Amino acid sequence: MNGYALTVAWRRVLRGIGIGILVLAAIVAFGPLLWTISTSLRLPAESFSNPPQWIPLRPQLSNYVAVFHQIPLAQFFVNSVIVTVLIIVGQLVTCTLSGYAFAMIRFRGRGAIFALFLATMMVPLQSTIIPVFIIIRELGLSDSLAALIIPALGSAFGTFLMRQYFLQLPRELGEAARMDGASQFQVFSLVYLRMAVPALATLAILNFSSFWAEFYRPQIFLQSQQNFTLPLGIVSLQGSLGTGSVSVVLAGVVLTMIPSIVLFAFAQRYFLEGITAGSFR
Amino acid sequence: MSASGLAMGGAVRPRLRPLQRARRRREGAFGYAMIGASFALIIVFTLLPIAASLGLSFFSWDIISPPRFVGTENYERLAADNHVVNSFVVTLGLAVAIVLLQLVIGMALAVLVQQRRRSWVRGLFRTIYYLPLLASTAAASVFMGYIFNERFGVVNYYLALLGLPDVPWLTSSTGASATIVMVAVWQSVGFTFVLFVAALSSLPRDVLEAVALDGAGPVRTFFSVKLPLISPTVFFASVVNLINAMQLFDQPFIMTSGGPGTSTTTTTMIIYQTAFQNLQFGYGSAISMVLFAVLIAMTGVQFLVARRWVFYS
Repeated sequence: MNGYALTVAWRRVLRGIGIGILVLAAIVAFGPLLWTISTSLRLPAESFSNPPQWIPLRPQLSNYVAVFHQIPLAQFFVNSVIVTVLIIVGQLVTCTLSGYAFAMIRFRGRGAIFALFLATMMVPLQSTIIPVFIIIRELGLSDSLAALIIPALGSAFGTFLMRQYFLQLPRELGEAARMDGASQFQVFSLVYLRMAVPALATLAILNFSSFWAEFYRPQIFLQSQQNFTLPLGIVSLQGSLGTGSVSVVLAGVVLTMIPSIVLFAFAQRYFLEGITAGSFR
Repeated sequence: MSASGLAMGGAVRPRLRPLQRARRRREGAFGYAMIGASFALIIVFTLLPIAASLGLSFFSWDIISPPRFVGTENYERLAADNHVVNSFVVTLGLAVAIVLLQLVIGMALAVLVQQRRRSWVRGLFRTIYYLPLLASTAAASVFMGYIFNERFGVVNYYLALLGLPDVPWLTSSTGASATIVMVAVWQSVGFTFVLFVAALSSLPRDVLEAVALDGAGPVRTFFSVKLPLISPTVFFASVVNLINAMQLFDQPFIMTSGGPGTSTTTTTMIIYQTAFQNLQFGYGSAISMVLFAVLIAMTGVQFLVARRWVFYS
């Protein structure tokens, strides 16, 4: 065996190891999700019996019925939809307007105000949550969905994201439209807004990912069960059931994931863009 | 505007005619109107609260009786409070472990996926590694709690098949910390992975071809060429991941309630308990201010160290 053949053999071994690692990681990534789905389809009495049935032989949908009897899951679902949709719509409006202004309009103090926006991105939620809790209480909004929605209607990060997008659009288009007599708002709404649709989609998906899954603020702000969002509802279900009917809890978990999976299937591109869009490039 | 300035003889600061001045003022008013909603929301729900938190941290307040000024008492108290000090040690330990694993695993998977020639194979792995991010951290903590259950969990079942004894995943301090790290990394590594894949695939092709012509092997190419070129992304990922990991709450709150003992009680959990369960709003604010200071300090250190290894072309 000469040296060349040896390197070729080595390369093959290395490549095989590489593929092996990728497949192993895929199994680890997907395994817990598969276990969750397949166990949610087993009878409650069998849900903790090992070995797990990775592919359920006789899938039972009874857990999916039971979970609606155990907790007001439909109500939680509606609550989560209300919170998530209103925050998305709110941020699409506020962040698009402010992002456009910071990118395209000259006004006194623009640089300083934008720097202030950027600085607030460093502030962790924990360091503002106590006063926000007090503000919400003073407004009489304790234990309501509004307590989650109103403080989240604006976003420094969303503004930054939209500004970056508007900055790379050609300025000449707006100047030409101004020459033709368009008002400033018309330049924004008729010329640039439609060009920003991909950025709007990315912002919407980013907000969906964070607020559909949010646990910390609901845990603090919501007390009565009828106001719970899905993550809070699932955790409360687990607490009240103990280990008795794991499969019922898991049915609830799977149901909360379905909207994310459906959205991901149709808009994967914007999920991935949401990650890279934030990386200041 | 700049064009008309040039037409007026290229003066450094052209005098505006009244008409232009009025126009510019109108443009300014429009700008303020456009940022109005965002700015108002950020003032009310971020800037005022952070100032209020700082102020509140010098008071003792149970939200019922009027607040009482106590000076720096809250800060002196927390420095001597074992629960608080311990929570910072716990949080730091978990966060460093989580971030290191995210970076190493995210990078390894990104490099290996980039080597696949067929784009559908790359897309398939990317989709699978992203899937855990689609579960909420709350939902993931619930099902991972079952999977790592000491007596009935599927992990210990398979370990037993290999002849290994049951591991007290959630009922021993080391086990609980390790489980929380694993669950957090399992769920979030896709984020880092996607960032690194994007950075690797945007590397200039001519540079890589030149390196290949020079006969550099894959390992050498990675450490001497690719890694320096994507170091800004690595830096970004380490800053963002560390800030997130230092605020770890959902997984320990749901899976271990901070136990056994206080072995997995993070600082965010202490803030939650202090403020919203014990109604010590002043003391809670003081702890949250220290957490904020720690985050700023850690990010500052990262930026300082970055000068030595981050390469900006």
